Amino acid sequence: MADPAPGFKTVRLKVPVSGEDLADLAIGTIVYLDGVIYTGREGVYQRVLGEGNPLPLDLPAVSNVNFHCSPAAAVEPDGRYKVGGVTATASFRFAKWMADWFRVSGARVIIGKGGMTGQDYRDLFLPAGAVYLTTVGYGTGALLGRGIRRVREVHWLGELGNAQALWVFEVENFGPFIVDSDLQGNSLFEQQAELVNRNLEELYAGLRPPALSRYGETDDRKDELI
Amino acid sequence: MIAPDDIEEAACRIMANAAIDIPADYRRSIQRMADGESGDLSCFVLRTMLENWETATADRRPMCADTGLPRFYVKLGDHARFAGGFTGFERALRSATARATHDIPLRPNRVHPLWRTDHNNNVGINAPEIEWSFEPDVDWIEITTVHKGGLFGTDYRMLFPGDGIDGIKRFFLDTLVAFGKRGLACQPAIVGVGLGGSKDTCMVLGKQAACLRVVGDRNPDPEIAALEEELQELGNSIGMGAMGFVGKSMVADCHIEVGYTHTGGMPMSMHTFCLSSRRATVRIRADSSTEYRTDPKWFTPYMRRETVEWQTPHPVSRQSG
Ligand code: SF4
Repeated sequence: MADPAPGFKTVRLKVPVSGEDLADLAIGTIVYLDGVIYTGREGVYQRVLGEGNPLPLDLPAVSNVNFHCSPAAAVEPDGRYKVGGVTATASFRFAKWMADWFRVSGARVIIGKGGMTGQDYRDLFLPAGAVYLTTVGYGTGALLGRGIRRVREVHWLGELGNAQALWVFEVENFGPFIVDSDLQGNSLFEQQAELVNRNLEELYAGLRPPALSRYGETDDRKDELI
Repeated sequence: MIAPDDIEEAACRIMANAAIDIPADYRRSIQRMADGESGDLSCFVLRTMLENWETATADRRPMCADTGLPRFYVKLGDHARFAGGFTGFERALRSATARATHDIPLRPNRVHPLWRTDHNNNVGINAPEIEWSFEPDVDWIEITTVHKGGLFGTDYRMLFPGDGIDGIKRFFLDTLVAFGKRGLACQPAIVGVGLGGSKDTCMVLGKQAACLRVVGDRNPDPEIAALEEELQELGNSIGMGAMGFVGKSMVADCHIEVGYTHTGGMPMSMHTFCLSSRRATVRIRADSSTEYRTDPKWFTPYMRRETVEWQTPHPVSRQSG
């Protein structure tokens, strides 16, 4: 386990994670997990929520932790799986699926890279009683890979490929993760960004803007760039 | 004569080295940044990364499961001889990519942009990229692989001479602030800046500056070197550290490469080589013996030449009239 800097609370949680454990999680807490988790991202969401295919396993009975991840994994000729590292992918792109996914899967914990907006937490996560854990770095593939004890099953490998398939992992001391959102709808990333933003005006002071602007620097599409 | 099998073997080995072992120059810089980081969370992230790299090396697993987009930079000595021709060389590198993807394993990241077809081996149309360069007077071959990750942290902008250093600084900050939030760029990064050239050259130079020069390396032009240091300091004064948390660990180093450009313009590109700054190099000598390292030494005086003629040894001068 990483040696957290003093002042960090570190917890080890069992999956399925209980509502009580979730209620106790404060943003900035370091989390390690034990139990069964699964990967699911746009490929899985599209198949289930977009195309209406049934879940390939009884997810609510198996795990309530959805990892936004594609493992570096290969299938051996004898059918065994070789998992090297696992690293999260950026979650903000999946916000549009989350409300339905919580309903269908019973997920209460989303793990990914970079979090979602505070608005998403309040609109989508709070009603589902779910929290967001962010991976650290982000490139702790080896540490997380070590936490994977076994590939329990994998679904839709042929249909979706390695990266998008639904992998079910047994994990032990799997982490570290940092709690980004709590059940009050606070977001660590948002709070930190606000602190950083305070410095920006001073940082740019005295730097003349370039002669030619770019679209995107203004929201008014009628504006000229010069 | 160097055989295609030797090329493929060596390429497989650098693929594994790159994916698993963080280069020492970058690790040292992150250690230094962790020691000096006042932001608690940012410091925790850096310490976790240091632990992650130890784990990767000890377990022989990829440091990051996003194993990036594997690609190659090849430098051929004027007198290098290899069997199989140039297409044979490229075939060996494509074959090494497919093998390494399965054996290490790497994540099969490469898909068709429209149909998302995945061959599960990181090989496809125009993939992996292979860039060629040359070196006078020698008979070796050098192959560098870079597994650059990151959907975030790269940008291009057409600036103009009148925008001056201010324009460069602004765009530098714009890119780091935008992609640094939430740590989308997986900083602290080795930031590569391309200045000049045409648009494609500008992008290529910036990417090579980020991926093919080690932390601590300075541009031979003293004024550009000073700008590299100034930009690094500027990036670290944003107030942002790893994962966008409050801190000062943003830029592990800044490298600038320039190319002669249109007289009216000063195009600039930005590239961030992330917490998985993966590169590895092999030199294959004429007798097929090999030597492995993590410094690509890509930018030789010959690469940065500015006159028609080239003589070795090259007179070291900044300006050539
Ligand atoms: S940007 Fe680098 S460290 Fe981050 S997930 Fe991608 S490869 Fe890993």
